[in-house]
Amino acid sequence: MEDRVTNILLSGVGGQGTILASDILCSVFQEVGYDVKKAEVHGMAQRGGDVTTHFRFGKKVYSPLIKYGDVDYLVSFELLEGLRYVNWLKKDGKVLLNNQETYPPAVTRGTMKYPENVVKTFKRFFNGNVYAIDGLGIAVQCGDSRAVNIVTLGAFSNFFDIKEEVWERNLLEHLPKKVHELNLKAFKEGKKAI
Amino acid sequence: MEKVLQGNHAIARGAWEAGVRVACAYPGTPSSEIIFVIGTQYKKDIQAEWSVNEKVSLEVASGASIAGARAMASMKHVGLNVASDPLMTLSYTGVKGGLVVVVADDPYAHSSQNEQDSRHWARFGKMPMLEPSDSQECKDFTKLAFDMSEQYDTPVLLRTETRVSHSFSIVKLEERRESAMPLGLNKKDASKFTMVPIYVRERRPLVEERMRKLEVFADEFNYNVMEINDPKIGVITSGVCYNYTKEVFPEYSYLKLGMVWPLPKKLVSDFYKKVKKVIIVEELDPFFETEIRAMGYKIFHGKDVIPAIYELSPEIIEKSLKGKKYKAPKERIKAEELPKRPPNLCSGCSHRPMFYALKKLDLFVFGDIGCYTLAAAPPLNAVHTTICMGAGVGEAFGAAKVLGKEGLGKACAVLGDSTFLHGGVTPLMNIAYNRGNSTTIILDNRATGMTGLQEHPGTGFTITGEPAPMVDYEVLCRALGIEHVRKVDPYRIKETMEIIKEEVERDAASVIITVNGPCMLHRREKRQFEHAFYTIDTDKCRGCTMCLEIGCPAISWQEVSGDQAITKDGHKRKGVVQINRLQCPGCGVCQQICKFEAIIPGQA
Repeated sequence: MEDRVTNILLSGVGGQGTILASDILCSVFQEVGYDVKKAEVHGMAQRGGDVTTHFRFGKKVYSPLIKYGDVDYLVSFELLEGLRYVNWLKKDGKVLLNNQETYPPAVTRGTMKYPENVVKTFKRFFNGNVYAIDGLGIAVQCGDSRAVNIVTLGAFSNFFDIKEEVWERNLLEHLPKKVHELNLKAFKEGKKAI
Repeated sequence: MEKVLQGNHAIARGAWEAGVRVACAYPGTPSSEIIFVIGTQYKKDIQAEWSVNEKVSLEVASGASIAGARAMASMKHVGLNVASDPLMTLSYTGVKGGLVVVVADDPYAHSSQNEQDSRHWARFGKMPMLEPSDSQECKDFTKLAFDMSEQYDTPVLLRTETRVSHSFSIVKLEERRESAMPLGLNKKDASKFTMVPIYVRERRPLVEERMRKLEVFADEFNYNVMEINDPKIGVITSGVCYNYTKEVFPEYSYLKLGMVWPLPKKLVSDFYKKVKKVIIVEELDPFFETEIRAMGYKIFHGKDVIPAIYELSPEIIEKSLKGKKYKAPKERIKAEELPKRPPNLCSGCSHRPMFYALKKLDLFVFGDIGCYTLAAAPPLNAVHTTICMGAGVGEAFGAAKVLGKEGLGKACAVLGDSTFLHGGVTPLMNIAYNRGNSTTIILDNRATGMTGLQEHPGTGFTITGEPAPMVDYEVLCRALGIEHVRKVDPYRIKETMEIIKEEVERDAASVIITVNGPCMLHRREKRQFEHAFYTIDTDKCRGCTMCLEIGCPAISWQEVSGDQAITKDGHKRKGVVQINRLQCPGCGVCQQICKFEAIIPGQA
């Protein structure tokens, strides 16, 4: 195992299930033998605020927080929330964007504009390392818009050399039985999306 | 077996493994999960409770300790202010069964009304304090705290902060061990637990003696660890700051303190012998710095470069210590200019129409702690003070005192159901007793909402879901001596405004209680709205933006041009509003505000 710690920043909007996605990441990387740490801010996330989770894995992880500018992978469940962390990425960082827009209050009230061409902006800085998916569309096709987090996780799993069965087993361990089938499908479809 | 656990969950697990029998808390970010986990996963062995407030939590835990059981109370930093009264004297009495107080600080006030460095309580109250740096230590230190408590006859403080409580890392799980101490009450202990002056003076020297013994213990404590790497620079630190600093300066030497009070004097002296220069990295106040300087040592860097406000992070520590040599990562865009995404009252929330009504009545609102602080933000801007649990009730009365008749009709106090029970009952009694005329509005959303919908004495259920007696707010207020108690349905804005107006203008104390307004996230209680959702009649919408004044997340503005810039009946408009059907629960508040009948029930 290499000594280097890998830094993953997940960002999104309260209610999108980013925390569940990061819980699954945590148990997957623990299972394959890494030290893992994850940090998130609770409290008001359910009230529509932004949610970010720092997830780190490696041989030995000290800080639960990623250092500014040290992000290897940015996984964003919402475009504006992705753009907010563009400065956090390393030069050769990789970006996975769920192509979804949720307007913050200043935009819904008409006092500010939602940023345009977010994917393009990312491509300007990271060229071929930017991947965008229509997570919501895929989730709806799978049968429930709420599965967008698992679709995104499925797409993200492509970046790592970990067996699909490990992902799927940990996924199911975090979910109630009645939504197993739906989420397995969402994961697989997400994996195919990039 | 190893498992990834949240820090708070690891504390709960530690309490279970330590043989704890009673665990109490009032919810407060970032501490709430501790008792929630105990109440759901460990309820077979531990009696968990949501107490009415933190003072009561600690008193219940203390009683369990006096009866020989291991007991724990957990709270956020400001909760310890409330519980400090029993705490300061429990330091004198000591314990029987181990007694641990968990206090979770919130640097940067992510979800709090202030920043407090709880380490001061340990010095102030003459008690030991442990500070874990990750989830494994959360569990280990909780267990050690109980052993220390019994061995040194003292309550033990366990301090965490947001990034330890809410971070996840790997924990090795062990089995529960029951405490060997027999349960029972012993009248012979009276002089130990009865703090009347004569016994206080007996206990007082014992407190000092205990602290001296604990100082010796601190030097031998396995979790006060010295790591000698580069002998040129040594860092004294604790908790999550150790992890941050180690991340950016792995080459330095470290003295990591697992026990942050009392300090290990001999160990500090040894560390100074082994390294050339010492840097102190600590979040919030210069606590170690002050103490170590008082021991006569020179400090190379501490709060001269590291901020004493807000939370620290790896880059803040790197930047502070490197100074001009620090190279900031390249800034690609001006991220701070992007639209922010602050938390908002949920769509359909019963607080929204209430604060809209208060705003329309142009009242000065003495607010309190809870979700409704969100109404302080634009566009509602309808909360004008927030201090601590229950403060608004007393403050509204104080203001009414000085304003006299001039103040009638100009102000009121507003607080939630859980906050009222926590700290609002006594100030309300005070208003009645002292013949005040202020109005208190209780927003009953049927839960301790903001911290995650915990039960309380007004909900009819305990933490484990057992049915419990339900406080009748009206009967309670009348029993306190409040003659005028009214109930309102907050979703009926006009009626609500009329009732509030009558009561705030009345020259007598009054209480208004909201009914049928459960939290929108509540699973058990739901309000049935007449319509499933509302929609905009775009032919009629004049783009007046009145409905945007309530800040509902389901309503958004869209500019229009050309043919669209005029309504069907010939009125010019700059834009129209839209209602997001997926977000609209059909509360109908916007429909009551629209003057042009442009908001209509949607067709499913």
